[in-house]
Amino acid sequence: MTTTLTKDTGSKAIIPLPPTTARIGAVAGAVVAFAGTMMPWTWTSAYPGDLTVYGYPAELQVVTLTGALLTALFALSGLGIRGLTWLTPGGKSSPVLLFALGTLGTVGYAMGSISYQLGGVVNLEPGAWISGVGALIAAVAALGLPAEVAPDEYEPNLWHRLRAATKAPEPGRSTKELPAWLEIVVIGVSFALGLYVFAYCIAAEAELFIGALITTCFGAAAVSRAGLLARLTTLTTKHRNVTMAAAIVAAACFPFTQTDDTYALIGANILIFTTVALGLNIVVGLAGLLDLGYVAFLGVGAYAAALVSGAPTSSIGVQFPFWAAVLTGAGASLVFGVVIGAPTLRLRGDYLAIVTLGFGEIFRIAMQNLNGNTGPDITNGSNGIPNIPDLEFFGFNFGESHEFLGTPLGRPSNYFFLMLIVLVFVVLVFRRSGDSRIGRAWVAIREDETAATAMGINGFRVKLIAFALGATLAGLAGTVQAHLQSTVTPEQYQFANTVPPNSAFLLAAVILGGMGTISGPLIGAALLYLIPKKLEFLEELQLLLFGLALVLLMRFRPEGLVANKRAQLQFHETDQLDVPDQRLPQDTVSVTKAGA
Amino acid sequence: MNTMTTTATTTVLDASDVTMRFGGLTAVRSVSLTVNSGEIVGLIGPNGAGKTTFFNCLTGLYVPTEGKVSYKGTVLPPKPHLVTQAGIARTFQNIRLFANMTVLENVLVGRHTRTKEGLWSALLRGPGFKKAEAASHERAMELLEFIGLAHKADHLARNLPYGEQRKLEIARALASEPGLLLLDEPTAGMNPQETRAAEELIFAIRDQGIAVLVIEHDMRFIFNLCDRVACLVQGEKLVEGTPETVQSDERVIAAYLGTPFEGAPGAEEVAEVEAAEAAAPGTDSRTEDPK
Ligand SMILES: Nc1ncnc2c1ncn2[C@@H]1O[C@H](COP(=O)(O)OP(=O)(O)O)[C@@H](O)[C@H]1O
Ligand SMILES: [Mg+2]
Repeated sequence: MTTTLTKDTGSKAIIPLPPTTARIGAVAGAVVAFAGTMMPWTWTSAYPGDLTVYGYPAELQVVTLTGALLTALFALSGLGIRGLTWLTPGGKSSPVLLFALGTLGTVGYAMGSISYQLGGVVNLEPGAWISGVGALIAAVAALGLPAEVAPDEYEPNLWHRLRAATKAPEPGRSTKELPAWLEIVVIGVSFALGLYVFAYCIAAEAELFIGALITTCFGAAAVSRAGLLARLTTLTTKHRNVTMAAAIVAAACFPFTQTDDTYALIGANILIFTTVALGLNIVVGLAGLLDLGYVAFLGVGAYAAALVSGAPTSSIGVQFPFWAAVLTGAGASLVFGVVIGAPTLRLRGDYLAIVTLGFGEIFRIAMQNLNGNTGPDITNGSNGIPNIPDLEFFGFNFGESHEFLGTPLGRPSNYFFLMLIVLVFVVLVFRRSGDSRIGRAWVAIREDETAATAMGINGFRVKLIAFALGATLAGLAGTVQAHLQSTVTPEQYQFANTVPPNSAFLLAAVILGGMGTISGPLIGAALLYLIPKKLEFLEELQLLLFGLALVLLMRFRPEGLVANKRAQLQFHETDQLDVPDQRLPQDTVSVTKAGA
Repeated sequence: MNTMTTTATTTVLDASDVTMRFGGLTAVRSVSLTVNSGEIVGLIGPNGAGKTTFFNCLTGLYVPTEGKVSYKGTVLPPKPHLVTQAGIARTFQNIRLFANMTVLENVLVGRHTRTKEGLWSALLRGPGFKKAEAASHERAMELLEFIGLAHKADHLARNLPYGEQRKLEIARALASEPGLLLLDEPTAGMNPQETRAAEELIFAIRDQGIAVLVIEHDMRFIFNLCDRVACLVQGEKLVEGTPETVQSDERVIAAYLGTPFEGAPGAEEVAEVEAAEAAAPGTDSRTEDPK
């Protein structure tokens, strides 16, 4: 950060206040906001969640309260209060601002939503105003905290300076070494927290969901600016297997947190979506191949499994055991992957994107036309193949509810666990193949195909392996999907649609989440599934909002939510700390494109 | 040096009558060149002479219009990965590292042809895979030590200074255990100290028994380094010989100074270019170097 200190704008705050005053102001504002949550926000329980009770905050108020509490804690941590300083190894100002903005956003949303739903601002009780004003005070005071990062621009305007105020320097290396058991506990607690937030959001009503989402998003940004995420990442990279185990345990706990089968079903569907997104990440993120029809491979797997499932309407009257169905589905996708890939991967450029886009549509239309009318009767056309029987392993029927540890786990939970196993398998495949000779060859091809072939890499072969592997993994997920949904129809496998997974959403999940990472597509897919699901009232605007969100994200965080270290350095080169900022000559790129 | 004196000199590279045409432009015209084991051969010539194009023909990046290239007696197919597999490694005039991979990973990619672990062994992670990975890492670190970049193994290639990027490219090429190394202007953009260091490096490489063919503009560099020099002008090999003979050759001097000369090969091209330039003043893109 030496460069930032030399610029004179470096430590100026947006609102000139003495730093200590600003910090105390932020704490005071947070306390006021906290106090407001103890009072009713509206007079009638007609608004969902009942925000009318004194001294007993309703859920939306609890979310606000949490935000206020965290604002205060991080503000105090910046004051150097003992026992709290560990909270902010990185930025000390921007986390406060972000938490305060999150709280303000949540209260603001609640007030707006109450006024809108109940027909006027008169429906707000003083408690709401108190919380709102408190959050506003906290946010304004946080703007008085000294900025820690100077704006990139030479003549920064207010917007540039606001953006800079939400940024923070990377934390330095940790000086204190924690005992190993404590590090593992920290990892475990983090995943438990993640599970809690996820389970909370999935079961929330729309109003609460939006409030929680606002707080969570700002909170996640704040925690990352505070440097806690970087600290956690060092721990998780140090204990990779522990992290993996903790993640699996946290995910496996999810069905136990849900009493309602619909939420478990959402969970299972999210797992399918994430698994397929991760498979696509091998193709797009590692090998750099743009596949616009990836969902068709999911469809191939699903249709293959449906045909051999013994469903009454299946044109092949056989019932394979599940392992054979899995092999059939994955095998069919592999074959299609090779058939599509072999002719196109020899060419460079955008051919693959066009061909895969076409293949996606051809698959859907072919499934529609193989109905006995416009073609041979194989797939029942647009009716699809319904009544796919539930799986049964050794007498364990997936369709029935089973008691486990005193909790009844219904049909969706059974599939949730099966899908979790598939996801773990795909994660392992991603990790192992990525970190090997073949994985390095993929990345090399993505970086510079000419140089890669000059280093002895057979580009065609290596790309075909990536493409076929991605297709196979999607087919594998498809076999489970067919049984979970018990119906396959052509309409499930479109390029763009409001229901994920579809090719556009899959690609978006990978890009949003972070290309080439494991956690990125997982988070991206979960968000992309959950948000449209929860905000069904926005149905008509969904795709528009989705597009808007993508544009904004590409503008402000092109590397995705979870940046892999490479991408981060690639897109924000000036953020590099310890190495000189010397790049390859700029014209290399253009010459590369012109051909060898 | 030891390897050179003990083994009898054999022809490593034998390019005969290599011609490369791009539409109407003949970038390389019937060039023959041999490189023997233990030799450092220089390739000089003004910008746009076709040196890089000749390299691309040798390494299979371009399919030569005519002529053939053989390495240690076998004719090479014009496929870059097969050429590298056979034992010819190269660097690029405009550095082409894998910019977003680490220094170590760049060198590991260079080991691609000398390892064979496929997808299955990567997924199953048997003992063979681990052994091969460990061996690759060890060899890559040795190479990084050799060029003096071991302490930067974890840095991204794009963040290295220019001179170190050039060195890394050489290490990456060496990782494929070549018998012949092609260097395309390895000292371009380097200061004199770095150039001297590069000379040392190339000598050290030769002493490992690797023949070197190097394109260079720095005459002092060529003089110090090369056993034999060939000069390419307008796609044709003008002269070949010891550095002294080539440097004192009138035609070479003329070519470098840009004076037209009568009767020499390529004169019609010169005339053609001049005619074109006269027709469209201010466009001399032909002599510009595209790579
Ligand atoms: N891919 C290509 N297409 C068309 N012309 C090319 C191509 N590559 C090189 N050339 C031409 O070949 C000639 C020789 O270029 P080059 O081999 O790069 O020269 P040098 O490396 O000796 O400076 C130049 O006139 C250049 O414009
Ligand atoms: Mg050149």
